[in-house]
Amino acid sequence: MNQGFHFYTQYALVELLGRKAATPGELLEGIRSVPVTSIYYHTHEFLKKHHYLVPQPPNDFVLWLKDILHLERLGEAFLGVDTITFHSLEDLRAEFIRILEDYISEGGFVAQCPSGYEFQFMACRTFVLPTPYVAHDLAEFGQMLHKIGIHSLYFHVFEARIRLGITEENDFSAWLRGIGEEALAQEISQLDPYYMTLENLRSKLIGMVENRVQGR
Amino acid sequence: MSRVDDYKAIVGENEINDLQLLADRLAGKSIQNINSTSVGGGVAEILTRMIPLLKELGVDASWDVIKGNEQFFTITKNIHNALHGLKRKVTEKDRKYFIEVNSENAEELDLSADIVFIHDPQPVALVEKKKKNKWIWRCHIDISNPQPEVFGFLEPFLQRYDAAVFSAPSFGRRDLKIRQVLISPSIDPLSDKNRELPQSTIDEVLDRFHIDRERPIVTQISRFDKLKDPSGVIRVYKRAKRHSNCQLVLAGGGATDDPEGLRILENIKKAEEEDPDIHVIYLPPSSDIEINALQRASTVILQKSLREGFGLTVSEALWKARPVIASAVGGIPLQISHKRSGILSYSIEGTAYYLQELLNNPGYAQTLGKNGREEVKKNFLITRHVRDYLLLFLSLYHSEDLVHL
Repeated sequence: MNQGFHFYTQYALVELLGRKAATPGELLEGIRSVPVTSIYYHTHEFLKKHHYLVPQPPNDFVLWLKDILHLERLGEAFLGVDTITFHSLEDLRAEFIRILEDYISEGGFVAQCPSGYEFQFMACRTFVLPTPYVAHDLAEFGQMLHKIGIHSLYFHVFEARIRLGITEENDFSAWLRGIGEEALAQEISQLDPYYMTLENLRSKLIGMVENRVQGR
Repeated sequence: MSRVDDYKAIVGENEINDLQLLADRLAGKSIQNINSTSVGGGVAEILTRMIPLLKELGVDASWDVIKGNEQFFTITKNIHNALHGLKRKVTEKDRKYFIEVNSENAEELDLSADIVFIHDPQPVALVEKKKKNKWIWRCHIDISNPQPEVFGFLEPFLQRYDAAVFSAPSFGRRDLKIRQVLISPSIDPLSDKNRELPQSTIDEVLDRFHIDRERPIVTQISRFDKLKDPSGVIRVYKRAKRHSNCQLVLAGGGATDDPEGLRILENIKKAEEEDPDIHVIYLPPSSDIEINALQRASTVILQKSLREGFGLTVSEALWKARPVIASAVGGIPLQISHKRSGILSYSIEGTAYYLQELLNNPGYAQTLGKNGREEVKKNFLITRHVRDYLLLFLSLYHSEDLVHL
């Protein structure tokens, strides 16, 4: 018996760690020692804040390395991290550490950070709560994708996978497989949500679901 | 006064429904806000709008104002400026008097709410009466480089709080052992200061202040305060005036806790006497429509502050889709993405250069204004602020990183 898909939403309260970095070395030390919620904040909460910008900046680290320190090659190394292939934040942290260690050991760079523009490490506390929206079949699911807020969309696509480690894929695909929509689940799974704004992601999902509903 | 549902047309139904979901989780908790003035300045303005919204959402929120005389507010103004990094003396006698006034207020106030929410340094020492309830200190100013002895005086009080709230990432301090939270302040899009105005109202305000509607208007709206650098704004205007037949409007007021403001006003009035295109307008606290009209009528808006807590006048100007040039201080870089949603500047020369650029390129100025409005809509409206406060209150009862409500 299909239990329906219950939409949740999530919000974050941003916390200041009082720790900052002015050089790649200090950034490395910070990334090594901050709580994992800080890695999450600088790579994921960031997406929600800038979800309307096209092109969307990839994460806080890239912006700082490129725009403030003007370390283009290092910035691009961070840019090249394919976030969706990491199933845990600790793995993601390890990759950032590896990139910084390699870069610093090669030497030959000059980094000048103006006073007041240091990288400020932050973290966040996440609150998850149920919304009134429950979809009992694919048609209802499609209709509700129109209604839910972007915070809900974000929760089911990003949060459940990397932060909560509930599934190795997004919530929507997991539920769709459960109701026998294997092909649609696979199609959604193959999207890389890190490369689009949340509203674009919503439009794509709605298009996929509605095509499937109309094609049956 | 606006109702919660009125904001649905601006931010969407989901955002408002989610506020109710969060507020429901605070049932049974009382929240008492305390600051030092009921009118003037950004804090009073936010609380005036915020408290009714929280109440409408079912939150038991209240607001009290501490009492103080001119001597007390002169001391707190010095403390304020010293926390911003300016050299100000706060003598041993001042400190004793500051604590004495706080103690007197603590005797008069009922401080038994579940959450006592203290705004800014003036009432900070009330925390000496803290019992088992939760206390939060909301700091609206930039304390990243304070005068050490003044911060040292306040620090023992701050360490007694359960959490501190700051407006910008750089304000966080490693030497504070309590939780530190980042919450940007906000503007209310439905208030008289920010709502849409008919052109006739805008024209009437310009006529009343003898401002020429046909020529470019460069405006700075802020309290007459040294940290807002009104004399720097006049120097910027004079540079731009060499090549552009523009007018300057310097408009603002002074809060009841700011005795320095009137003295600054007198000084810049002298510049007005020498140039008829400089309009110095002292606005009483009930001038929201006038501020709104002046901002909407402006060709370019400046915020050339030397220090800022957050700089809410920037969000106000951006919301009206005006091109803004503002100093990269305090919370202003959070509100402006340089050359995308406004201009960040660092000097009189730079501000004057960008002012000329915007006065001569209206298309570019319009693009900046449009993007700036979108930035405010997403991140700096009161609905986001209410949500952050609800999360903050809830966080006091949860120690885990991931909270299931």
